Amino acid sequence: MQSSIRTPYDRVVMAVPVTIPYMRYSIESAQWWIGRALKALVDGAGITPRDIDGFCVSSFTAGLDSGIGLTQHFGLCVRWLDTIPLGGASAIAALRRAARAVQAGDARIVACVAGDTNHVDSFRYTLENFSRFNQDAVYPYGAGGANASFALIARNYMRTFGAKREDFGRIAVAQRSNALRNPNALMKTPLTIEQYMSARPIADPIHLFDCVMPCAGAEAFLVMSEDVAASLNLPAAKILATIERHNAFGDDPVQVRGGWAMDIDELYAMAGVKPDDLDFVETYDDYPVISMMQFEDLGFCRKGEGPDFVRQHDLTIDGSFPHNTSGGQLSVGQAGAGGAYLGVVEALRQVLGQAGPTQVRDARIGLASGFGMINYDRGLASGAAILAGPGA
Amino acid sequence: MIEPIAKPRRKNPLKRTRLPTLPPRARSRASHGFTRAAAEGRFMLQRCGACGTFCYPARDACPTCLSADLVFADAPRRGMLLCETTLHVPADVHFRERAPWRVGLVAMECGPRLVAHLHADCEEGGPVVMSFQLDKSGQAVAFAHPERETPNMTDDRQWREMTADPKFRRVLVTNGRSIVGQETVAALKAAGASIVFVGVAEPWKPFHGEDTLRTLEGVEIVPLDIGDEKSVADLAADIGGKVDILVNTTEHVRAGGLLDRQGTSIVRDEIDQAYLGFVQLAQAFGPAMRMRGSDGVNSAAAWVNILSVYALANWPVFGAYSASQAACLSLSHSLRAELRPGGVKVVNVFTGPLDIEWFQTVPPPKVAPRAVAAAIVSALKRGLEDVFVGDVAEDIRQRLIANPKAVERELGA
Repeated sequence: MQSSIRTPYDRVVMAVPVTIPYMRYSIESAQWWIGRALKALVDGAGITPRDIDGFCVSSFTAGLDSGIGLTQHFGLCVRWLDTIPLGGASAIAALRRAARAVQAGDARIVACVAGDTNHVDSFRYTLENFSRFNQDAVYPYGAGGANASFALIARNYMRTFGAKREDFGRIAVAQRSNALRNPNALMKTPLTIEQYMSARPIADPIHLFDCVMPCAGAEAFLVMSEDVAASLNLPAAKILATIERHNAFGDDPVQVRGGWAMDIDELYAMAGVKPDDLDFVETYDDYPVISMMQFEDLGFCRKGEGPDFVRQHDLTIDGSFPHNTSGGQLSVGQAGAGGAYLGVVEALRQVLGQAGPTQVRDARIGLASGFGMINYDRGLASGAAILAGPGA
Repeated sequence: MIEPIAKPRRKNPLKRTRLPTLPPRARSRASHGFTRAAAEGRFMLQRCGACGTFCYPARDACPTCLSADLVFADAPRRGMLLCETTLHVPADVHFRERAPWRVGLVAMECGPRLVAHLHADCEEGGPVVMSFQLDKSGQAVAFAHPERETPNMTDDRQWREMTADPKFRRVLVTNGRSIVGQETVAALKAAGASIVFVGVAEPWKPFHGEDTLRTLEGVEIVPLDIGDEKSVADLAADIGGKVDILVNTTEHVRAGGLLDRQGTSIVRDEIDQAYLGFVQLAQAFGPAMRMRGSDGVNSAAAWVNILSVYALANWPVFGAYSASQAACLSLSHSLRAELRPGGVKVVNVFTGPLDIEWFQTVPPPKVAPRAVAAAIVSALKRGLEDVFVGDVAEDIRQRLIANPKAVERELGA
């Protein structure tokens, strides 16, 4: 609700959406997946690794390597480097930082990459070593990942605002229908609301189809100036606005909103658009309840109206409110920090008209959001970006 | 409402014994403030010395004013259960085999929110009373209890994981000749122990209280001389697989320090009985107990030592005795670590001078053997690890926190 005058991202663009197709389990390392993404960026842009002078990376499973070690691993000589450990908010944060670096001339072409592997035991390791508060005060309670934490949030949300499991089911079912058009989605079979409702309970009220499937994969994009994109003949998307917020509303007893709610006025003001102007929305969907919360916090309806909103909208690609058009993490899979990038990369594809079978017709302007880091009892990091295609 | 647990049936000897698994163990250093609180049955939270804010989880700076002056302080226990969930498919093996398992988020009246294990009678939206407990890993966890007593509340499945309740458990009390031993037997029977084995050295020699002991139902006198390796091993071979709680009531008290004694024979006796006796008991009974930490309702649960509080600070009037107790205390910490893979607790009950023959010349206050027995049962039922019985023990505990050097000088005066 604060208004500030922020410098617009003039003449800074995103290009070359990259997805390295996911695998449920991989015997390769995170470095392998990040390397495939870098290769796809270079090939996609028609450049050489020497041309990349900025590198921003996120990974849960790269072991001892942060960005610096990876520069040597991949033979990158960069003058701008960032490692972003913000979980589901990593892609929005990467975009923000890279865009400003390009705008200021600190870097010419920034490669933003997230990649994670999934060994049979690596998810467990990530859980055990997630954060200090998690280790001290959540993990010992049998939570086993975020399920218990989100179960508490979902249960409180349902009781407070009258949401039903069916309402969450609409989100999951619509995303599965989108995913069936995405050849890279790990989930290949249709999901009905009956199947959703009768799935086995994981942590009440979270049931099987409320949970994402951890997997291996990588996602990436490039950030550069409009001029560089033009010189490379690359279709590129404008960054109309971004927001980022951490540890918002710490006094809410249970999380019912994310940091977006603090900053959306600024987001839309900076972009010069209204929620109605958006052609599609890619929310961070580690659980449907979080997507529903974002419909409210990102201004598509008021707080508590999320259940009604999903009852009144068709969330599929051809529907009245195209949402998580790739299938989202719920149906494509959660490739670690790649999960943060999934929506951002899909949004880039959509506004560039490169989404192929999942393309929303005439998509010009879209929103992607991020949410991350259940450090203790709530997700701490949130962010969002509004992108516009060349025709917008 | 909780259904009372049923007395376990005799175990099928052909069935595999389930091996113990532990809940996640890693904690930050600051978080062990809760371990200390749980060990003594206190409810402590970090409180900022500068602004008074209570906070949780454990921090190294106040989230309100950034002061580093965060002190673990006794805190009000009341809170409200904001929301709960039942874990059906936990990722962790320990909880997976205990699913469904209930946890919730509690808003404390003093401010912080605690993720907690829930007693089955806690209701969402209702008041709860909090404690910190030591789980099977020996680490502190928050536990929410209903505000008022409810029927069969100590039989709650999740609560019983936190405690070593004697109900339906089989206990070995190592010395039936001592009054403390006899009181302990009675208290454990009253607490629902299914059988209490009572060790008596040279049982053909009559002793005071023997008749009462022999008339108690569910009490079995067994030959045990803990100074004799073979005697200990023989008994373990006989009953080692069905001792769920072991209470070491060895008592060997002699006055005197170093200079007024000639030679080492008395010291050797003290070491033989107290220290080597402990070693022999641990080696004979410990391994089976560690194996049986997840063996159902009557799993192996606890090892109890009765130690003189002068194990913590030498009292030269009983100087050599104090030293033997200090050795036992040190050994108990090794035993605690070694039994941890089985989820078996080691409880140390620290007492001041007991009201028994060997402390005849010591002025009051002295500790009644019955009080020691009551403290043992209470510690087992509450899942405590360090217990101080009586005014002298509590006095020494507080003075040691304040200034250990003062305690040394004053005890040696």
